[in-house]
Amino acid sequence: MDSPHLHPVTGGSDGVPPVTEADLHAYVDGLLRTDRRAAIEAFLELHPDERRKVADWQAQNDALKTMLDPVLAEPLPQRLLLLQPANTWPWRSMAAGVVIAVLSAGSSWWVRGTVDDNAQRMANAASRIELAAGDAKTLRGFAHRAAVAHAVYSPDMRRPVEVGAEQEQALVTWLTKRMGTSVRPPDLRSVGYALIGGRLLPGDKGPVAQFMFDGTKGERLTLYVTREDAGRETAFRFGQDGPVNVFYWVDKDFGYAISAGADRQALLKVAEAVYKQLEPR
Amino acid sequence: MRAQDEAAIVACIPSLRRYARGLVPDAARADDLVQDTLERAWGRFSLWQRRGEIRAWMFGIMHNHFIDGVRARRSRPEDSAGDDLPEVAQRATQADRIEVHDLDRVLQRLPPDQREILLLVAVEQMSYLEAAAAVGVPVGTVMSRLSRARERLRYELQGHAAPEAMPLRRIK
Repeated sequence: MDSPHLHPVTGGSDGVPPVTEADLHAYVDGLLRTDRRAAIEAFLELHPDERRKVADWQAQNDALKTMLDPVLAEPLPQRLLLLQPANTWPWRSMAAGVVIAVLSAGSSWWVRGTVDDNAQRMANAASRIELAAGDAKTLRGFAHRAAVAHAVYSPDMRRPVEVGAEQEQALVTWLTKRMGTSVRPPDLRSVGYALIGGRLLPGDKGPVAQFMFDGTKGERLTLYVTREDAGRETAFRFGQDGPVNVFYWVDKDFGYAISAGADRQALLKVAEAVYKQLEPR
Repeated sequence: MRAQDEAAIVACIPSLRRYARGLVPDAARADDLVQDTLERAWGRFSLWQRRGEIRAWMFGIMHNHFIDGVRARRSRPEDSAGDDLPEVAQRATQADRIEVHDLDRVLQRLPPDQREILLLVAVEQMSYLEAAAAVGVPVGTVMSRLSRARERLRYELQGHAAPEAMPLRRIK
């Protein structure tokens, strides 16, 4: 990393490499090994001018991040999302002017059969999960969109959702209004996930909802809910998209996809919890 | 194109926007730069051939678009002056506090190649090797640009420690 521009700021002796300006930069940027870090700290103790310089550089780093990091939390402009090539890009059709499906009001999301029915079905489903291979090609339609949405929003530390869990009622009202049907997040605390909040996303033909949850170790899980595949019931399916595992199914009026880094067993537990809450209210 | 590659490209958008916002002075131009970068990335994706990380590849594309834009503007005389004129330090030394307004102004006055490196390292938190790859220069060049950028920022923000190469025009 030496360069002609960087003069050693102290001479080396006793076999200890001399401290160079490059070391000071690497110190500021957190790019030094621990032992070297300690050597630089000892050096800075003895050199107040260099210490001041390093402190200024650190302040610059902090100020630059403070100034620019809020950009990460801004909603992405639609024009940037519409660039992706056709047929892979779920939101393109919206831009093409496809009429957003008007969803019938009054039909409840959570309209379900009896509890016994559920239990039976869950057991059946669990025994015949269609295991998609590691190949991402197997994730199609809303399951694929759910995985992409998970990959985009779940790493966002500052603003993962549009409306937070502290305003859950507002979230429910808003999503219900926009989706045209009763929409509410399931309670997943029994399986170790707390609600962070939710957002509205463009699906293939209309709005879809994404709820985000936080696990005990900060790992994130999203539930994607769409009405676009209504009526085309499917078995429970499991698939992967890179590091994102997706558990998905269509049940009467809604398609559901649960995405997380967690493994299949953990996702199945969550799916059961979601499923159990799909009862009439 | 594999779905996870698509997702990786989409996942780069927020940080590309952050980087662009530091590179150019207004938000609309920054998103233009991101748009150009994404158009190129989607169009050229078949040529990418997994030679490296998608992130580094995307930042490399943005570098090319940014530098093209800088060259185009340089040919317009009204914008070509000022790049190398140090700002007069208007405030007393305030080592402990950097105002955002001042920072943005001073950042935009850095030579574009220094601004790129400073942002890649300080904000995108790339290693010096990653920054070198994104911009297509040797690591030694990254270090010297970083050094000049930081000293110039110190000088302009705080009025002390002018770098050797820069004429002193501090007015008291």
